[in-house]
Amino acid sequence: MKGQVHTAQRHDSALKHVTGQALYIDDIAEPPGTLHAALVLSPIASGRLRKLDLSPAASSPGVVAVFAAGDIPGLNNIASPGKQEPLFAEDKAEHAGQPVALVVAHSLDAARVAAERVKLDIEPTEAILDVQTALAKQAYVQAPSTILRGDPDAALKSAPHTLTAEFSVGGQEHFYLEGQIAFALPGEDGDLIVHSSTQHPTEVQHVCAQVLGCEYNRVTTMVRRLGGGFGGKESNASWVAAAAALAAAKTGRPVKLRLPREIDIIATGKRHGFDYRYTVGFDDEGRVLALDASLAADAGWSLDMTPGVVARALTHVDNAYWIPHVRAVGYSCRTNKQSNTAFRGFGGPQGVLVMEDALDRIARHLGRDANEIRALNFYGPAGDETPYGQKVDENHLARCWAEVKQLGEWERRRAEVDAFNKANPVLKRGLGLFPLKFGISFNIPHMNQAGALVHVYTDGSIRLNHGGTEMGQGLFIKVAQVVAEVFKVDIDRIRPSATSTAEVPNTSPTAASTGSDLNGWAAWEAANTIKRRMVAFAAEHFGVAPTDIEFADGNVRIAKPGSNQVMSFGEMAKLCYLGRVSLSSTGFYKTPKVHWDGATMRGHPFFYFSFGAAMAEVAIDTLTGESRVLRADLVQDCGASLNPAIDLGQIEGAFVQGQGWLTCEELWWDKQGRLRTIGPSTYKIPGSRDVPAVFNVKMLDNAPSREATIFRSKAVGEPPLLLATAVWTALKDAIAAVGDHKTAVRLDAPATPERVLAAIATLRR
Amino acid sequence: MRIKNTTITVIRMADRIRFVLNDQPVELDGLSPMTTLLDWLREHRGLRGTKEGCAEGDCGACTVVLERSDGQREAMNSCIALLGQIDGQAVRTVEGLHGPGGAPHAVQVAMAESDATQCGFCTPGFVMSAYAFAAGGEKAELDTIHDALAGNLCRCTGYRPIVDAMTKVAGLAVEPAPQVPARAGSASFDGSFHAPRSLAELLALRAKYPEVLLLAGATDLGLLASRSRKPPAAVIHVAHVPELTAVSETDKQVTIGAAASYARAMPALIANYPALKTYLARLGSRQIRTMGTLGGNIGTASPIGDMPPVLIALEARLKLTSARGSRELPLEDFFLDYRKTALAADEVIESITVPKLWSNEVFFCDKLSKRRDQDISTVAAGYRLKIRSGRVEDARIALGGMAATPKRALAVEAALKKDGFAAAIAAVESEFKPIDDWRGSAAYRLQAAKNLLRRLELRVSSPGQAVEVEAL
Repeated sequence: MKGQVHTAQRHDSALKHVTGQALYIDDIAEPPGTLHAALVLSPIASGRLRKLDLSPAASSPGVVAVFAAGDIPGLNNIASPGKQEPLFAEDKAEHAGQPVALVVAHSLDAARVAAERVKLDIEPTEAILDVQTALAKQAYVQAPSTILRGDPDAALKSAPHTLTAEFSVGGQEHFYLEGQIAFALPGEDGDLIVHSSTQHPTEVQHVCAQVLGCEYNRVTTMVRRLGGGFGGKESNASWVAAAAALAAAKTGRPVKLRLPREIDIIATGKRHGFDYRYTVGFDDEGRVLALDASLAADAGWSLDMTPGVVARALTHVDNAYWIPHVRAVGYSCRTNKQSNTAFRGFGGPQGVLVMEDALDRIARHLGRDANEIRALNFYGPAGDETPYGQKVDENHLARCWAEVKQLGEWERRRAEVDAFNKANPVLKRGLGLFPLKFGISFNIPHMNQAGALVHVYTDGSIRLNHGGTEMGQGLFIKVAQVVAEVFKVDIDRIRPSATSTAEVPNTSPTAASTGSDLNGWAAWEAANTIKRRMVAFAAEHFGVAPTDIEFADGNVRIAKPGSNQVMSFGEMAKLCYLGRVSLSSTGFYKTPKVHWDGATMRGHPFFYFSFGAAMAEVAIDTLTGESRVLRADLVQDCGASLNPAIDLGQIEGAFVQGQGWLTCEELWWDKQGRLRTIGPSTYKIPGSRDVPAVFNVKMLDNAPSREATIFRSKAVGEPPLLLATAVWTALKDAIAAVGDHKTAVRLDAPATPERVLAAIATLRR
Repeated sequence: MRIKNTTITVIRMADRIRFVLNDQPVELDGLSPMTTLLDWLREHRGLRGTKEGCAEGDCGACTVVLERSDGQREAMNSCIALLGQIDGQAVRTVEGLHGPGGAPHAVQVAMAESDATQCGFCTPGFVMSAYAFAAGGEKAELDTIHDALAGNLCRCTGYRPIVDAMTKVAGLAVEPAPQVPARAGSASFDGSFHAPRSLAELLALRAKYPEVLLLAGATDLGLLASRSRKPPAAVIHVAHVPELTAVSETDKQVTIGAAASYARAMPALIANYPALKTYLARLGSRQIRTMGTLGGNIGTASPIGDMPPVLIALEARLKLTSARGSRELPLEDFFLDYRKTALAADEVIESITVPKLWSNEVFFCDKLSKRRDQDISTVAAGYRLKIRSGRVEDARIALGGMAATPKRALAVEAALKKDGFAAAIAAVESEFKPIDDWRGSAAYRLQAAKNLLRRLELRVSSPGQAVEVEAL
């Protein structure tokens, strides 16, 4: 039997990817009459929109129509009900890149040319362009939120040592290789099919309907695959789809809206940059006694998913460490920049940086090895409570830590690196270790649900549909493995199909690493329902007990004393059909145990934790600030991995993406608030040479999930991204070598050559 | 359809663009020669395996392979290539790769079996880069593999499995290149894309249409068509003029035709100035070096072009030619101000001549950027030094990214010769006033330029000592 769970299986589309036959939305053959759309964006970060003259665009050759806020039949709102975020700016521009209008023309070029002709009269008003200004003005998209445990003020006062520090980390452009795109096809009675490159088909459906002023049942979202998502195609994909849907509904013609790279980067939100300030109290041994931290997120101009991102940052401030007294305050700063949104890790990567910075400083202060200090502060083996009230029942920290130090040969290489640094005045090497605890589930409990739809046909072939989207992470193959396992058939018999709101409704986004956890169980439920029906029928048909029916190796065995019978799965399916058995079923799953009170910031927001550890080695040039990651050793908890080949790809890819965030990927706005790093020529994601030359990845073996996850596997999408924190720590270690490791280092991220050189300069001053 | 720009009357009859696509001859009629190859493949030919990821030649999702009649395969970016440039070439796309009996090609199989695809959008581009690499017979060495992949970005995999696939396909035997019927004479497409095949014709066109842009590899101009969607009204394509594509060498100097691609010019440059090996490997990507030219890099007069600083340091001279005749100009005198040059309206850059190093001379160069590969320089520097018993006797130094033009550092040179490195470092600040931008602040550029002179001092004083992280 091919394709069981816990075996390495290739991505189901791999051969289509390499032959160019995998269809992305822009590759779908357009019906005759298809129109192409282009956005008109505000060039001003903050201003009053006095006049919008669409006529030069409307009269431009090839143009069919131009739409602005006033043309929207439903609500000019792309947020969920109760919140307000306009699709098109009405009376004010709130960031340079905000959509103001949409031009629809017979060709893409005609649309783009016309879009540039729209006349915008915007009177500039004062813009807030950084977090510090927003904090000073108390400009927030939501009120500050706090996680509080114990009495941090008193604990800090009585602590033998305290340290206060500040640092900041930049945002990150998703840089999915396939830009945002939606293709809307009108049908009869106002029906609309929207092909969208989205992680959240249901939200696309809802936002399109909201903008069009129609019921949800008129809009069907279709998603076969995304050319990368990383969180960037949740809320952003919805408004792109809504704009295409608006144009399709108004013109009655198919409309495609594909954002060129530059427009995509200017108009869509990114990972939140954060500014941090914290005071940590500790004893002579380096045991952390209290932490008082403020985390100020750059939300950009609108609410978007900032509440969730800030909540996850706050619930990850503790990371792997027991902190008796904690205050962590999250500020959601409103700036006149892109509306920041989900990005792999969703605030978690930003949250864990606080303690990693603090522990480095504590170690320098006490003259101790930072990694002993880290281990000293780990959560205990069982039952310690996080600052937000969830117990850490399962804990692989000590194991991951020991394994990564062994994998990376910590002792030997520490000595080697120190010796190198003594001998080299110009180049310095550094080592960093990082322990990981990452909570799995949506912070919003109701989102932790999923549906699936499985059909068994009379030839035994199986069609699988579920609410999760395939964006390269291998979700389709993993869920197919689950179904193959249930029916005990070859995975080739299972045909994963495009995600569609018409097949599985009311779905959650494929996000928060939950894709296979949720959809795997939902598909299992659907398949198992059919299997139960087949078993019941077969038992009756053959006059045996249900326990005498066994599915194995693509066959069904009927154990009958004296006359055992075997038939293929297909033959059994046919038999069931003739016996009038339903061979189609939905499946539904909701994650148990999760609850969360957003007001008190307490609860049990995560079904379980994923663990890991990383060790990184870097080299820096103290003259230029250039750096290289020389080696990385990773240990990642995947539970009992559903598919080790896919999970390995997730671990490696996430790490490199995290490395990019912390090193070379820099977003740069000019003084007018215009983003100027708007393509791969100016915004630099890692290339193949940037991957550590020695890159060892180990999945924690024999560690099935303690909770009842699907086949005891664990989520893997986001956690390994945080392992790249070891690179940042290693860079600080290398820089500290300039001052003989006596002084703690402030290193803001991304650690571009310029920032590394600046950090070195502060040590030399 | 795109609105056609004003055309210029030409004497010749309009020619048709002919090329070979996936072994099939193609002849185009009624299409603007300024259409990008990618748009043509996707929108006109219906071949949608090749993707647009950035439309600026940086992500590699649009990579296709040029198949030269000599059997050489070179990866290129189809997004910024204009159809007029493809005339007389053979192109292979991901749809044109097959194994025996229509099965996937070995390169495709290796990528799939290495788990080198996730979202798959970048994959066709990687496959084509891998195909060119395999066809080139190169060894499976990491440095070479990274060089071959520098023009392709992947956001999902972390590259390790792609590198594994490259290791598997290294040196793979490939089928012979298709024969391309060579175009005998000059051509003009649509009255706007002039493709002369002799210097005399080029100069006549240049004199007749002084306002028309000269097009060499389109790695810069192509962005007008791909990203800005405003292709030039007309171009004179210089890449088929023999005098402009020749690479020659005497015992005293190396001469590179202004329109010779980097790929063609590199062997002679690297053989004579070994420090350029790494430097040129970091200039663009293979895709860019297939098309890009020294003449283009100089002619665009960008203050952050990679080649001018090193060529100025090497004392390069330009041969500027017009129907009136030719003149020579030191490269450092070519750049007048931001994007302003000494090129007369009827002139072309015919070639660049670089004197060889004397035995007592050394040449070094540096480039600082946020990413090691395929990035534009924050600061670039070239140094040609004459060293006698450990002392710098003579120096030519030029810097890029430090002023409105690539600039020779005369005061730095003088200070270095007179008072040594400390004085030279001090002179940087008085001689250069760089700007702040997304690549780096003025303060960083200044500090880095000064520190690069410290690095240079270490190279001179302690040869053999590792002074760059890349050496580790």
